[in-house]
Amino acid sequence: MSGDERFGMEVEESRENRVFGTVSEIVTGPVSDWATDFSHVDPVWAADPYPIQDELRQRCPIAHTSRFGGVWLPTRYEDVAAIAYDTERFSSRAIIVSNVRPPRELAPVGAVPPISSDPPFHHDARKLLLPAFTKSAVARQEAATREFCHALIDSFEGRDVVDAAFEYAQHIPMRVISHMLGFPPEDGPQFREFIENALESVNRPPEERAEGFAQLSDYLLAQIRDHVDHPRDDLTSYLIDAELYGRKLEPAHVIGTITLLLIAGIDTTWSAIGASLWHLAKTPRDRERLVAEPELLPTAIEEFLRAYAPVTMARLVKEDMSWNGVDMKADDWILLSFPAANRDPAQFDRAGEVVIDREVNRHAAFGLGIHRCVGSHLARMELRVALEVWLSRIPVFSLADPAAVTWAASQVRGPRSLPLRIGAV
Amino acid sequence: MKVQIDSERCHGHGRCYDLAPGLFGEDDEGYGRVLGGGAVPDGQEPGARLAASNCPERAIEVVNGAAR
Repeated sequence: MSGDERFGMEVEESRENRVFGTVSEIVTGPVSDWATDFSHVDPVWAADPYPIQDELRQRCPIAHTSRFGGVWLPTRYEDVAAIAYDTERFSSRAIIVSNVRPPRELAPVGAVPPISSDPPFHHDARKLLLPAFTKSAVARQEAATREFCHALIDSFEGRDVVDAAFEYAQHIPMRVISHMLGFPPEDGPQFREFIENALESVNRPPEERAEGFAQLSDYLLAQIRDHVDHPRDDLTSYLIDAELYGRKLEPAHVIGTITLLLIAGIDTTWSAIGASLWHLAKTPRDRERLVAEPELLPTAIEEFLRAYAPVTMARLVKEDMSWNGVDMKADDWILLSFPAANRDPAQFDRAGEVVIDREVNRHAAFGLGIHRCVGSHLARMELRVALEVWLSRIPVFSLADPAAVTWAASQVRGPRSLPLRIGAV
Repeated sequence: MKVQIDSERCHGHGRCYDLAPGLFGEDDEGYGRVLGGGAVPDGQEPGARLAASNCPERAIEVVNGAAR
């Protein structure tokens, strides 16, 4: 034993005593009007949110719903950017809209630092992670990622139809982040349940969701304790040893940050790889061009990230205020829709089209301002390698059944089922 | 021509060193930095413009000095 007492029984006890926060009524059922009653977990939204967002942007740029206790949805790039930059009036204390608002005392750290942290704490917590996620640091994962992508495609031998979301896209980030954290690669299916609970089941009873979070926390605690006993060269051991303000991190900080890396590292990149393959499967012109001109892929990837940005973040309004013509109340949610911002014609030419050789592309898929996705360089590497390997091994593919494609309904949107016909079309 | 990065605005997206690695590099935390004091060698002007026009934070300034 290393004698690190931070991860003993007290951690579980402190979780039992945690204040739940403010609970709002669960409202389900069909949306009556997207401008005044929207729901980002509605199946219509999940299937294709872009026409809805485009219409809102013209008619009512900041939509509202009383679901989840009150949420605002800005749809113009300008408004999304202004909120992302305004950490004075908008807090990151919770970043997934649900029927529970965590207590204000949780700021400035939040449950999953640094994404849930506000300045000035945010800067210091983020600084701990940055060196592990630079472009050159993540390049060290590239060879293993490429090998893994090839192995996945090897396993398709002899098949005409494969599910590119379920059998390819999801496994790549799962394998990469579990390797970086030092978790057993075979635990992937468990990660999927944790993700589903954290991101997609936001309208389930809060007690049920709390149970799911407790399971995740138990899993992570077991991994952390194993790392305390057997330190190794990975992110988990790094966080156990890391210091802030001259002392080791609080146990909740270590667990929260690992939660973040696990959840945010998987669903997002899985969605981006899946959406890119979905686009190429239904757009032979773009697929053929990328097979013929592989050097164009990095440019095309930026366009896929713009057009199919997987991630929508959230904020909480700090105090009652009038903001760009709407009356926001303290603790109202804001859905920070980078997907909607990325399709604003005021910011992008041909905003609604996918232009794979777009030269000027200031998209906000990874956010704007101080919360820029810490894993963006890792995500870009995984996305590039996943598509390079797929296109080199399977240059011809198409949607096997367009109606069978399903999309995750939540703040992370991407295909969850994507049957593709591979080989001879 | 010269390039400079406004470090207040840069949040480490890394588009500049992706697109114009001859002109920009990353620091230990992934923030962009200009190479060679920001001077843009002859012929690399398109890279400088490309990097500036793809920075999501608009942190890159291209200064048209005594280029020619």
